[in-house]
Amino acid sequence: MSTAQAVTARGRTPALRGPVRYLVLALAVAVALVMVAPFGLLVLNAFKTSADYSTNGPLAWPEAFSLDAFQGYLARVDFPVALANSVLSSTLVAFAAVALALISAYAIGVGRIRSSSAVVAVLLVATMLPHEALIYPLFYLAQATGTINTIWSVVIIFTVFHAAFGTYILASVMGTIPKELLEAAAVDGATRWQILWRVLLPTLRPTLSVLVVFFFIWTWNEFYIPLVLLGSPDSHTIPIALSTLRGQYSIDVTVINAGSLLSLLPTLVFFFLFQRTLSRGVTAGAVK
Amino acid sequence: MAVLFTVVVAGPFLANVFFSLFSWRGGRAPLRWNGVENYTELFTDAEFWLAFTNSLFMIAAVTVVPTLIGLLLAAMLFDYLGRRFGAAAISVLRGAYYLPQILPVAVAGFIWAWILATRDGALNAILSAFGPEVAPDWLGSPQLAVYAVMLMLIWLQIGYPTVIFMAALERIDPELYEAAELDGAGWWSRFVLITLPQIRPEVFVVVLTATVAALKVFAPILILTGGGPEGSTVVPSYYAYRNFFELSRVGYGSTIATVMSLVIFVVAAALLHWQRRSDEGVAR
Repeated sequence: MSTAQAVTARGRTPALRGPVRYLVLALAVAVALVMVAPFGLLVLNAFKTSADYSTNGPLAWPEAFSLDAFQGYLARVDFPVALANSVLSSTLVAFAAVALALISAYAIGVGRIRSSSAVVAVLLVATMLPHEALIYPLFYLAQATGTINTIWSVVIIFTVFHAAFGTYILASVMGTIPKELLEAAAVDGATRWQILWRVLLPTLRPTLSVLVVFFFIWTWNEFYIPLVLLGSPDSHTIPIALSTLRGQYSIDVTVINAGSLLSLLPTLVFFFLFQRTLSRGVTAGAVK
Repeated sequence: MAVLFTVVVAGPFLANVFFSLFSWRGGRAPLRWNGVENYTELFTDAEFWLAFTNSLFMIAAVTVVPTLIGLLLAAMLFDYLGRRFGAAAISVLRGAYYLPQILPVAVAGFIWAWILATRDGALNAILSAFGPEVAPDWLGSPQLAVYAVMLMLIWLQIGYPTVIFMAALERIDPELYEAAELDGAGWWSRFVLITLPQIRPEVFVVVLTATVAALKVFAPILILTGGGPEGSTVVPSYYAYRNFFELSRVGYGSTIATVMSLVIFVVAAALLHWQRRSDEGVAR
């Protein structure tokens, strides 16, 4: 049965006609508005002066468009450095983790590592480990290697974490590639590297791009480990820089709003750039 | 990879288990052998039990409520709106639902700390429009705080199940619905008899990943409440963090983290087992 027929067949049900549909639409839009409302409130209050905020409250329209709050935030936090740290560490982790995962999965799936399913199971368990159970030893490791208070500690740790997850995913995707394809390449005299590079890479490209995007976002948003390892301001990532405002009760709400808004802007840009990859990734991950 | 994995994951995990057997203030302080005493202390520690009770609230807010809302939302969007209002409208709605998911959780925490503020927060400002005397102390009252945190987590989480379920519905064979309609089944019975069983694999994945995430909740607690007021919102990860870095009780913190890992493994294994058994049930 074609989709077109299905549509007409389903459209014929009485329930799908009439006012119920508009009721459902209204409900769906209402939920969407509730989801977006915090962002709206954030923007509304980030451009107020603190005097405006304290007299007119959080729901009023700004009396005047003001950038005071942003200046206040930028005076407290070295935002450009945090932005650079976030971009650099997330980019490095995204590509390094995917490369590492690709090589490991190739070794497990196609190469000759024994008991590959046990390896994959260990990797899966590792992705469930709470970071709390690793943090103290990692803290000492970072101290011992001198990578504490530099983004390198975080880059190395998350490259390995995400590569473990990526290996798990890629190993299962590689399992679905027909063996004949690889054997044909081997018969034609391709080396192992050539098989990986010329045969597997093009087939896996959609999965790889999804992984890059997700690893980037995960690293960008990561909180617990960077909070512990990145103590000095020149190593802060964007979320950690924002969190330095925590507990400073003298700070204006408008400054916190401006800081939150600045901190989520890069994520927002990324969201709109990669929306398609993201939704493909979320849904593909679900069936695995 | 094997070397890196050992250094960054396996080694530290074993070291953490090792530390959990000692009384240690961290750093250069001497390690004093404690055997299983940290563990016996943990089981009589009221704060630890409170932390795990709060984990149940976190599971409600991260797994139960968003999964139920996600199911209904996805089914409604798909059945009533998808065919009629077109793909563009659906993708706008889906984007709105999913947006909180990509936020850095620290940013989400700050937004909600302000929304929930008692004196000049946005939520109370909205409430006062309805009744001027209503101003709940969301984050300041030991009775309310955990629900306030749950509110934020639900908001944060809804997009994940919704997006996954919406995609899952695409692959259900429309003929199933037609047959049910011919038999006179209404929307609800079609939802229960066809939709739910068909997207069971996705529901399972969502429940598993969300439950594991719920047991790890940390940043929202740190930023919204700091475990307070009066310790009412402490969760295991936050309790471990406090022992590690604020109370200098590293051995005890390691014990909490080890028990936490065990709980996560057991819960995940139980869910996997349950899925396998119910799969067999369906096959029969």
